[in-house]
Amino acid sequence: MPLAPLPVAIPFAVAGILAASNKFMPRRLADTLAVLCAVANLVFCVLLMAAARSQLLVYWFGGWTPRAGVALGISFAIGPFGAGLAAFTSLLVLAAMVFSLHYFDAIGTLFHVLMMVFLGAMCGFSLTGDLFNLFVFFELMSAAAFALCGYKIEETAPLQGALNFAITNTIAAFAALLGIAMLYARTGALNMAQIGRALDSRPDALVLTAFALILCGFFVKGAVLPFHFWLADAHAVAPTPVCVLFSGVMVELGLYAVARIYWGIMDHPFGADRAAVTGLLLAVGTATAVVGAIMCFGQRHIKRLLAFSTVSHMGLMVIGFALLRIDALAGAALYVVGHGLVKASLFIGSGILLHRLRSVDELELKGRARQCVGTGAMWVLAGLGLAGLPPFATFLGEAAIDDTATKAGHAWVAWVFFFSAVLTAGAVFRVGGRVFLGWGHGEEGETGGAKKIEEGPETKGPRHDIPAAMYGPAAVLALLALAVGIIPGVRQAAQAGATRFADYAGYQARVLDNAVVPLSPPPVEHVFPASSMARSIGAAAAAFLLAWFALSPYWPRKKSWASPVKRLAYNVRRVHSGHIGDYVAFLTFGLALFGIVLSVLVRLGY
Amino acid sequence: MSFLPYFVAAWLFLAGLYGIITSRNFVHLIICLAVLQSSTYVLLLSIGYKWGGVPPVFAGAAVGTPAVDPVVQALMLTDIVVEATVVALLLSLAVQLHKHTRTLNPDDLEALEG
Repeated sequence: MPLAPLPVAIPFAVAGILAASNKFMPRRLADTLAVLCAVANLVFCVLLMAAARSQLLVYWFGGWTPRAGVALGISFAIGPFGAGLAAFTSLLVLAAMVFSLHYFDAIGTLFHVLMMVFLGAMCGFSLTGDLFNLFVFFELMSAAAFALCGYKIEETAPLQGALNFAITNTIAAFAALLGIAMLYARTGALNMAQIGRALDSRPDALVLTAFALILCGFFVKGAVLPFHFWLADAHAVAPTPVCVLFSGVMVELGLYAVARIYWGIMDHPFGADRAAVTGLLLAVGTATAVVGAIMCFGQRHIKRLLAFSTVSHMGLMVIGFALLRIDALAGAALYVVGHGLVKASLFIGSGILLHRLRSVDELELKGRARQCVGTGAMWVLAGLGLAGLPPFATFLGEAAIDDTATKAGHAWVAWVFFFSAVLTAGAVFRVGGRVFLGWGHGEEGETGGAKKIEEGPETKGPRHDIPAAMYGPAAVLALLALAVGIIPGVRQAAQAGATRFADYAGYQARVLDNAVVPLSPPPVEHVFPASSMARSIGAAAAAFLLAWFALSPYWPRKKSWASPVKRLAYNVRRVHSGHIGDYVAFLTFGLALFGIVLSVLVRLGY
Repeated sequence: MSFLPYFVAAWLFLAGLYGIITSRNFVHLIICLAVLQSSTYVLLLSIGYKWGGVPPVFAGAAVGTPAVDPVVQALMLTDIVVEATVVALLLSLAVQLHKHTRTLNPDDLEALEG
């Protein structure tokens, strides 16, 4: 399949051209090139996705095909999920580039160069079938992300945020590399399919250590508790178009890597320990969802609020994966797309506020955006998507995960979704009510002493209008989230993709032996239980009520019956100290705990 | 192959982590990160090492000559490139930080609390 390397090659080539001509290329030409590149990437990835529907596409660089099941070459192994994720990445980069047409007026084209490297690396990350290649793309994508995060280099907060982000993620990458080296030592292979085939027995101490290191490494990127600290810092300080990509797709790629490694390598060796893996990941996902939601509601910096909502929703996606069932995996994929679209839309909304009113501080903006009716409407629409209201794509994902969890005996999972939806969407509606309608107090209240973070302007020039290039992407993305939920056949496609993704033996046969692997996805049930529909609508309504209550005079502001809750929230908040030493201490602790619990569960045969 | 290299790799990783957690200076902290990374070099090289093996250049060598593993050496080279990039980027961020705040101590930064 000669198309396969293009989603990586094109952005890197464009990045090279832009970097070489940085000094004399006019800004508009660079914009055009970058947008065209994103469009081309989107087209190629969609073509790949269509081609991968019938059969996994395997592309061997330099024609180094495997001989007798031994792969020396490096391969892309492209399934519908990988190609779909690459297409989604391209779409969000396109939206971010269109949005930033009016951004950074005086900076030359280095921003474009970094965005193109970021795009190529994320696409390569989704498409590769080689474990070390995965690490290389991980680092490449991270390096571009660090630089983009600290782009506003003339302010202090972005520097601190970028340093925290870069240090935690680099440690994570090296942990993953140690694990990859251990797997290589055991199996003599770097190709995921070949490692899987060589490991076909119960995991011993070395293999368990290796997997603990690799999974935790990618979970740091996935912002899973207790590795999530960097995410809020990075989002709070990164330029808006970069936040769109961080929350929309980069964080999700961490979970994608974990899922790819599980279904490509671990499924068989850990076949007898599925309950252990499920239990551990369910606990991790639930903790992430709950803490993220609590932190989200307590923010006043809008981008930081949205960042904690991403943490919470990442927890929900981890839960979807943790069930290790095809239906739930399909649900998680739909949830990734739905959440990415609405979250990108919300971030663009916050970027519009920053452009128009020079602030993203909720209290400071009280009532100042009354005339931005369109932005406000879009904000509420995206908030409804965040709450998982039918027929948004997030609802399809959530319902599929809930349904599978209930069948697997984890009916409580639905209430984790409910809790997260109420708090995160409630926070978004609260911002909407205060900023666009002027409700509530303008002073410290339910944000309970959150500090104001200085945010420098990102645009110059007249502020009294909102250019279509800013408003357009936000509206299109929010409506797309709605459209994905309505288009018939989306769930069947996700189900087929998940079946292909989770086909452990078929993956090995296709990659190593070039076999033709048939596919028979389990059927999707066409109607969701009325209870999950009712719960989702209830969550959206409860989020509205919560937002109204937070803005009403009845919200307990002084010492009152709510003090214990407030103290709990305060203590949770205090852990997020912004101090890199604390973050790395938590990372070390989490890594050790994850490894110990995984080993104990597997060894005791839980 | 003795266990010593693996012990050294684990030691470097943990020493690097300890340094990062307790560091009071970003330059020191970034170098601790480089120390942490050298654990991956040691581990990769010791995985591919073979007592009595020759360098993996097979021109003129008899078939079946024992050689050290070239794959891990290639991985390590890639790893070095990655490190050079990331450390350079981090140090430049630290320089900028010092320009703005006249401090390199993580304890003094309070922009991103809560």
